[in-house]
Formats: sequence, C-alpha cells, structure tokens
Amino acid sequence: MQDNIIVRTITRILIPFIQLYGLYVIMHGDSGPGGGFQGGVILGSSIILYVIVFGVDQGRKIIPEKLSDTLNSIGVLIYAGIGLICMIFGGKYLEYNILPLGSAHFASHIGMLGIEIGVGITVAAVMITIFFETARQER
Amino acid sequence: MIEIFLGKYNYWIYITLMMIGFYAMIAKHNLIKKIIGMNIFQTAVFLFYISIAKVKGGTAPIVWEEAIQYDNPLPHVLILTAIVVSVSTTAVALALIIRIYKAYGSIEEDKILEMNN
Amino acid sequence: MKSISLFAVLITAAVLAYGTIDMPDFGDPQAPANLHVAPRYIEKTHEETGVTNMVTSVLASYRGYDTLGETTVIFTAGISVILLLRRKRDD
Repeated sequence: MQDNIIVRTITRILIPFIQLYGLYVIMHGDSGPGGGFQGGVILGSSIILYVIVFGVDQGRKIIPEKLSDTLNSIGVLIYAGIGLICMIFGGKYLEYNILPLGSAHFASHIGMLGIEIGVGITVAAVMITIFFETARQER
Repeated sequence: MIEIFLGKYNYWIYITLMMIGFYAMIAKHNLIKKIIGMNIFQTAVFLFYISIAKVKGGTAPIVWEEAIQYDNPLPHVLILTAIVVSVSTTAVALALIIRIYKAYGSIEEDKILEMNN
Repeated sequence: MKSISLFAVLITAAVLAYGTIDMPDFGDPQAPANLHVAPRYIEKTHEETGVTNMVTSVLASYRGYDTLGETTVIFTAGISVILLLRRKRDD
C-alpha cells in the first residue's frame, strides 16, 4: 500500500488527530465518557494504521521492540506505584484522598488521572505488540 | 403471555446471540470459526449485563443537575473490564492458532487429531 | 455430529428461556440489580470522590483492586503473545 499517494497523504494527516483524540479521551475520563481503556485503544490504533500503510519494518523504526516491551510494563508500574505512594503517605493501598495536594477531592482527582494514564499506556502498548507480532508472521 | 414476551424482549435477543455463538463453538471444526463463535458468545453476555443496567427514563451515569434518574453504573464497570479481557483472550487464542498452523499445517480440528494418532 | 450439537443448543436455549420467566422486565427500576449497591454509588460518588463520571469513579476508586488485576491481565496477554510468536532475527 506504500505506493498509493492518496492513502499515504491522508494517513499522515489523520494520525495526529487520532492521537490527540486518544489523549483527550484518556484525560477526560473523569468528567465525561472515556477512560484509560478506551483512550489506550484509540492511541494504539493510530500506530496500527501507520503500520498497515507503511509496512512492518518502517513501523518498527518508529516503535522499536524495546520501546513497546518497556511501555507494556511501565503502565502497570505506574498503577501499582500510585497505590504504593498512597501507602507511603499513611493511607491504604490506592486511597487517593490521603495525597498531600490540597483538598481531598483534588487529590483523588489526580490519583484517578494517574492510574488512567497508566492503564492507557499499557493498553496502547499491548495492542501495538499484538499487532506487530501477528503481522510479522506473513513473511 | 404476550406481555411476558414483550416485556422481556432483551433476554430473547441475548439468548439468540448466545446460542449462535455456542453452536459455532461446538459444531465447527475450523479453529478460527470457533474463536468467532466465542466472540459472539461473549458479546451476548455483554448485552445481557448492559440491558440489566438500563432503568426506564434513566440517563447515562454522569452527574448532571437536570437528571431525574441514572442508569445503574455497576454493570457498565464490570463490562468495561470484561471487554478488555475478551480482547486479551482473543489475542492469545489467535497466537496459539498461528503456532498450531506452523506445527501441523492445518487449522481443522479433525485433521490435527488424525495427525496426533 | 451436527444434529447432536444442534440438539444440545436447543436444550440449552430452552433452559435459558425458562429462566427468563423469573427475570425482571426490561428497564424495571425495582429490579434486584438496581436496588442494592448501585444507589449508594449514585448518591455518594460526587461528595466522596469529586468526580462526575460514576463509571470512572467506581472503576478507579471504589474498585481499584479490580482494575489493577484487569491491567495485569492485559499485560499478561501481551507477554504471552510475545512468548508464543516472537522469533530472533535471523541475520
């Protein structure tokens, strides 16, 4: 599909908007429909679109194996780490109200945003990994 | 009798979908078709939960001053996570099928069993 | 073989259809699923967590352990796919 100039140009234009929308869905998970799972899948699909159009080898230059493998685990690490931070400040595991960020509501807001970001990173990286590993088989 | 049928029509939809998926899982010999059947089966379970969460006259469970009644948020949460699990199981199953195809050269269940004997 | 599986499917469908007789109507506010845990989430979410989306607050705050396990499940699925399919570069 690399030869078709229309597909290439439209993909180059669309990918930033898809990624922006994915970030919007993750960040607005607490005030509207959305959240880490949905936004992560949208973010991953932008990379998958890039790989479908430009090929697996070119895609691996953008997202090397090491990067996607690391991002897989970093998301879970962020999630579990926020729970441990809450314990360090004297609360229970994943009790965001205890974080010293002014009001309790603001603290729980930030805590939820943090774990949504963690979930989003993991989901996006796993989608990319699954796609790369199954797409490579055709050769 | 007809009232019972019409008042519970959501259950009839999910029973139909679930039986389509169930039939594909137990009657087909092609492994990919079995996975498709499993996905239809899972979709039936999602629909069942979401239809239980619906309350007559309720809005989406997002705080809003003019809302009179909200839908039940709990099944939405359970299904949000169940959808992700379904994606994970499908991915692992497809990876296993790719390995089976490499080892046996076929994804027909009866041929694979023949080769094993 | 086909007739046996069709028979099994029809039996299961009959059992499920018999089960729906006791189920609540579609959209019934008095259904048991809507009476027990959900009203507390709907009433207390805003004052306890300060977040307007109830689904997110239940997902991330009240049932945070559940979501942590869920994230681990996706992570495990990704690792399994890598284990099953990744080959070393033959260069």
